Amino acid sequence: MNLTLKIWRQIDANDKGKMVDYKVTEISEHMSFLEMMDVLNEQLVNTGEEPVAFDHDCREGICGMCSMYINGEAHGPDRGVTTCQLHMRMFKDGDTITIEPFRAKAFPVIKDLVVDRSAFDRIQHAGGYISVNTSGNTQDANATLISKHAADEAMDAATCIGCGACVASCKNASAMLFVGAKVSQYALLPQGQVEAADRVKNMVAQMDLEGFGNCTNTGACEIECPKGISLENIARMNRELLKANV
Amino acid sequence: MSVLDSKVPKGSLKDKWTDYKNHIDLVNPANKRNIDVIVVGTGLAGGSAAATLAELGYNVKTFCYQDSPRRAHSIAAQGGINAAKNYQGDGDSTYRLFYDTVKGGDYRSREANVYRLAEVSANIIDQCVAQGVPFARDYGGLLDNRSFGGVLVSRTFYAKGQTGQQLLLGAYSAMNRQIARGKITPFNRHEMLDVVKVDGKARGIIARDLVTGKIERHSAHAVVIASGGYGNVYFLSTNAMGSNVTASWKIHKKGAFFANPCYTQIHPTCIPRSGDYQSKLTLMSESLRNDGRIWVPKNMDDVMAIREGKKKPTDLTEEQRDYYLERRYPAFGNLVPRDVASRAAKERCDAGYGVNATGEAVYLDFASAIQRYGIEQAKIHNITNASADKIYELGAAIVKAKYGNLFQMYEKIVDQDPYKTPMMIYPAVHYTMGGVWVDYNLMTTIPGCYAIGEANFSDHGANRLGASALMQGLADGYFVLPYTIGDYLSHDIRTGKIPTNTPEFDAAEKEVTERIEFFLNNKGEHSVDYYHKKLGKIMWDKCGMSRNAAGLKEAIEEISALRKDFWLNVNVPGTATEYNEQLAKAGRVADFLELGELFAKDALVREESAGGHFREEHQTEEGEAKRMKEFQFVSAWEYKGEPKDAVLHKEELVYENIEVKERSYK
Repeated sequence: MNLTLKIWRQIDANDKGKMVDYKVTEISEHMSFLEMMDVLNEQLVNTGEEPVAFDHDCREGICGMCSMYINGEAHGPDRGVTTCQLHMRMFKDGDTITIEPFRAKAFPVIKDLVVDRSAFDRIQHAGGYISVNTSGNTQDANATLISKHAADEAMDAATCIGCGACVASCKNASAMLFVGAKVSQYALLPQGQVEAADRVKNMVAQMDLEGFGNCTNTGACEIECPKGISLENIARMNRELLKANV
Repeated sequence: MSVLDSKVPKGSLKDKWTDYKNHIDLVNPANKRNIDVIVVGTGLAGGSAAATLAELGYNVKTFCYQDSPRRAHSIAAQGGINAAKNYQGDGDSTYRLFYDTVKGGDYRSREANVYRLAEVSANIIDQCVAQGVPFARDYGGLLDNRSFGGVLVSRTFYAKGQTGQQLLLGAYSAMNRQIARGKITPFNRHEMLDVVKVDGKARGIIARDLVTGKIERHSAHAVVIASGGYGNVYFLSTNAMGSNVTASWKIHKKGAFFANPCYTQIHPTCIPRSGDYQSKLTLMSESLRNDGRIWVPKNMDDVMAIREGKKKPTDLTEEQRDYYLERRYPAFGNLVPRDVASRAAKERCDAGYGVNATGEAVYLDFASAIQRYGIEQAKIHNITNASADKIYELGAAIVKAKYGNLFQMYEKIVDQDPYKTPMMIYPAVHYTMGGVWVDYNLMTTIPGCYAIGEANFSDHGANRLGASALMQGLADGYFVLPYTIGDYLSHDIRTGKIPTNTPEFDAAEKEVTERIEFFLNNKGEHSVDYYHKKLGKIMWDKCGMSRNAAGLKEAIEEISALRKDFWLNVNVPGTATEYNEQLAKAGRVADFLELGELFAKDALVREESAGGHFREEHQTEEGEAKRMKEFQFVSAWEYKGEPKDAVLHKEELVYENIEVKERSYK
């Protein structure tokens, strides 16, 4: 198929940036979206133009590196996938596709479609861990029974890949789904109880400091999340915060 | 005598590690504060090492090319992690895990290292549970296990099909705790471009900030390389796009020997390639072979009918199918080790039985598992005379709970529903057992420079068993390196901070800068990917699942010519002082072009078949790999300029606690 791409080009963080049109031809419907971008970049390099910068790495939907905002949706029109798993069969011959970076005050653009998501790391530094030394001298792994239900629910929360689609999709650029998922993983497990109160307070404080907005329950984050992280995690985080503050 | 000293401690196998730990020199906590350590790579090995070293009190700097340590490619490991816990009471033990690993590696790994790995494996599970890793549990609240290839016990712990992700996030959380304390300084979106040696010891690195392009000098008392494997030398592999050999290759060029480069794992269950535009291959976890049965049609007519779309795989009766692994290897069936399963798939496809348009695919079928689970569930739920549809529904739910995310991934890529029709799979490059040579302390042949995880060669011999990469990465990082590096650093308590304004750093930085300038000024006619794809094709065609002397000799010539052309004609756009992915890639591909030739040379010299290295000249009458007693050694290559000049050193492998026999899975 032949496509028109409208892509955000921005030299660096200080540049104002603009949309630029490109044409790509003979795109196979079996290609992934990023393979289509590879075709464009190869074309640009061969004609002496600067290729489009975009983040990507594992290309199997788990590292959380890819981050495009495609036709007004984080990770594009398909559900439950990251951009790298989005396939061109979702588009039609002759389509015009708009490609922008994830936009949020807390995610400044580095170049073109690449943004700086280090705010997520700093939130984790504030409390996204259990304070246990890595000596190996802990109790036997089976010493504490954990119900299958709790373990499965913790796993569902822990499956977050930290891509930032929730922030990009939210009209308030809120990071509550991301923070809620991490808080929930530990809140659901006995190992996380000891530090639960400090953890949620510190992580939420850091989240606010980074300039993320608040949650107004529109639910856009849950719909766009490639890993299906549930809104329940935000509710749980709020309960944990309330508990920690009373 | 060989120049290689493996430094394996004396004493009986089971006491070596304990005795070693009792007798090493320690660094007192006050002195650790004056010692700096650099860790390159933040996957399971690097992340766990960085966290533990920082916890002990050393000042740690970590480097990763991704935007966060959490994105290292360990995250993509799916199936699980082995540990000799014997929770299932099925006869597992430290010795049995050791035995399986040495046998699985086709008797080409170092006994003492493997035994130590098996010994600390149980600690890993305890540690990860304490960190909050949500491993799968059974209804009683205990940890659940599954089986992997090449073993007869269930010792694999897992977190859905995302075990690597959960273990890496565990190590990342341990890092975060130390980052918060200021004991780890993370340098993300940074790439190591050289190691700096002072008086023969590794004392720092030259790194490039991938966002600003700034070249930086970082000093330390020891440098740890944990940058993973080199599977991307094939262009197409299951590795991440950015995975590269550069850190390992740079230390190789500065004196670290490179061991067994030809030992590469071609994983049997990956999604087949679909076209020339393909940028990478996707793995379908080995855990699927617990329940999936692998087959191709028995009759060529059916193969043709399927390829032409006139028949569907589900139209074929049981008698019309060839479950070739069950046929050839009745004892292990679909759970034979990876090298055996991959070769068997290639054998069927080469014979013309491949089931897709390219002729390079076999089926992985879940119909019998769905049926079996469905009947069991009907019993559990007391449903008598359950209809076929009901049984299917109940069975599919169990399969979904076990492998749901993998099935979804398959469906998104291939656009077919694997609950209804068998998956199509084909082998793909996945893991490299070869790597930087290290001694028992995990130190390379450069004093003070260590290599851990997939970056080193030590534990998997010629073939790695499933769920053992995660085990090795975390064992090295959490439990081995923190001891062995202390013994070395105990001699550095009076050294003081290593200055970076020295001739050694000047020289290393100059070399790095000149190379970058060369790339940008070359203005040739071909892109970096053009060369990478060409290299990949040579590697796959001539150094792939099976190799022969003629092909390897051609590969050496072709790679050497391609490398010359690369340095004349490569085109790298942009500038040095901006985010420039093409520039970063150019440096990585330049290193792959050297490694690729050494790889072929190593494969040519190794006149035997062992594990993932299959030489067509050396096979049994049944087409199985034929090992040669005289090749019971590690090939460690010393850099001498061009790959053709590399010098081979041999580390003889001695087996005192395991009988070396034919590796049979029949």
